[in-house]
Amino acid sequence: MDFYDRDVVSIRDLTREEIESILDLSEKMVPYATGEKVNRVLHGKILGNLFFEPSTRTKLSFESAAYRLGCDVIDVSEMSMTSISKGETLADTIRMVDAYCDLIVLRHPYEGAARLAANFSINPVINAGDGAGSHPTQTLLDLFTMRQAKGSLDGLNVVLVGDLKYGRTVHSLAEALTMFGAKLTLVAPDSLQMPEEIVNHIKEKGCRPTKTTSLEEAIDKADVLYVTRIQRERFPDPAEYKKVAGTYRINNTVLREARRDMAIMHPLPRIDEIAPEVDSSEHAKYFQQAFNGVPVRMALLCAILGGEI
Amino acid sequence: MDVKAIKEVKLAPIRNGTVIDHIATGQALNVLKILGVNEYMDSTISVGIHVSSRKSAEWKDIVKIEDCELDQKTVDKIALIAPDATISIIRDYYVAEKFRVVLGDHVTGLAKCCNPNCITNKNEPIETEFAVISRRPTKLRCSYCDRELCNISDNLL
Repeated sequence: MDFYDRDVVSIRDLTREEIESILDLSEKMVPYATGEKVNRVLHGKILGNLFFEPSTRTKLSFESAAYRLGCDVIDVSEMSMTSISKGETLADTIRMVDAYCDLIVLRHPYEGAARLAANFSINPVINAGDGAGSHPTQTLLDLFTMRQAKGSLDGLNVVLVGDLKYGRTVHSLAEALTMFGAKLTLVAPDSLQMPEEIVNHIKEKGCRPTKTTSLEEAIDKADVLYVTRIQRERFPDPAEYKKVAGTYRINNTVLREARRDMAIMHPLPRIDEIAPEVDSSEHAKYFQQAFNGVPVRMALLCAILGGEI
Repeated sequence: MDVKAIKEVKLAPIRNGTVIDHIATGQALNVLKILGVNEYMDSTISVGIHVSSRKSAEWKDIVKIEDCELDQKTVDKIALIAPDATISIIRDYYVAEKFRVVLGDHVTGLAKCCNPNCITNKNEPIETEFAVISRRPTKLRCSYCDRELCNISDNLL
């Protein structure tokens, strides 16, 4: 699969075969991501890590992935530190940064920012999250974690629970899972259900998702329980937030109904959706999932910059 | 009196100008918006709303605008809201040219994205771009933010 010099803006840009090839390469990267093996195949390359929105896991795991492969990193962490605060357009910022590095990773508050960056940059661009839009590398690491936990992605019974309306990770994930014939159950309060546009898109791809407000109804058949945070910042009225916050709290009592090998995932940060008592159970895969950001992003950097392991 | 003759005088023939026919019924006012019709115009404009079509059993709207020929961008915008429309260029009462509007696979610079958080609404040096994802009815998806354009006629540039 040829990823050399390619942009990764949306999961929709990738085929099932391409996703599988990245996951296979990610598997190979695991011992390098832990430091067990060392390879500086990207020595001499420079990654431009542009984060115009707060991020912990994505930014650090891209940096870690780059350093593990011997790639240097230049970065921006705040919009206020750049000429954008002086009124410079993103297009101009991208043209400038493009001249300083070999690959741009962009996190930006506006949807479509990564597509714009890809249009203006000569070097490849990886979307690290644009507003409520795409976050394809999160989707890839989610798929990688599922495959690791369950052995295969084919026909998995996946329950997505929490904020399915604003949570960008679940939109891309639902679309990607349909490529693998997943059975999806969407558990959310009515006000936070998956947008119709996304539901229609996955229906077109042959998936027939089940919508419900009851986690109890869905949990016993799940292979994977993917939990998302209900984001306080999305609610202008704090009373509305309080109404739905804490609707779905995963604890050991809820998990009594679950299959013993059900995997629980969460893109993190979590607030109180998953009780700390779950962390030590066999179900908990969310810290592994956070680690998996490194090998998956190493795989992408290598494939795009032409490094061979 | 001959019924057909009565129909003919509903919208008087024009000497020079453009006839936009087979507009989906209800869209004539949006076509006027695209044409930029206002009180400063020198042309006479006739509008037929909910007119029976001779070609089919359906209803349609018609707009006739005197002493004016449309540029390509205007025709492309009309194609977005009235994909079956025909444009006839009239010169000295005769039809000098007649064609149907064409909606391509991509639409560039004709409409703005309805997502206020889309990068195309943030003063960047770019034209909006949409992929045509359905033709009956017309549905567009923003090539930047992937959001479907909610109301095409309200978002025409």
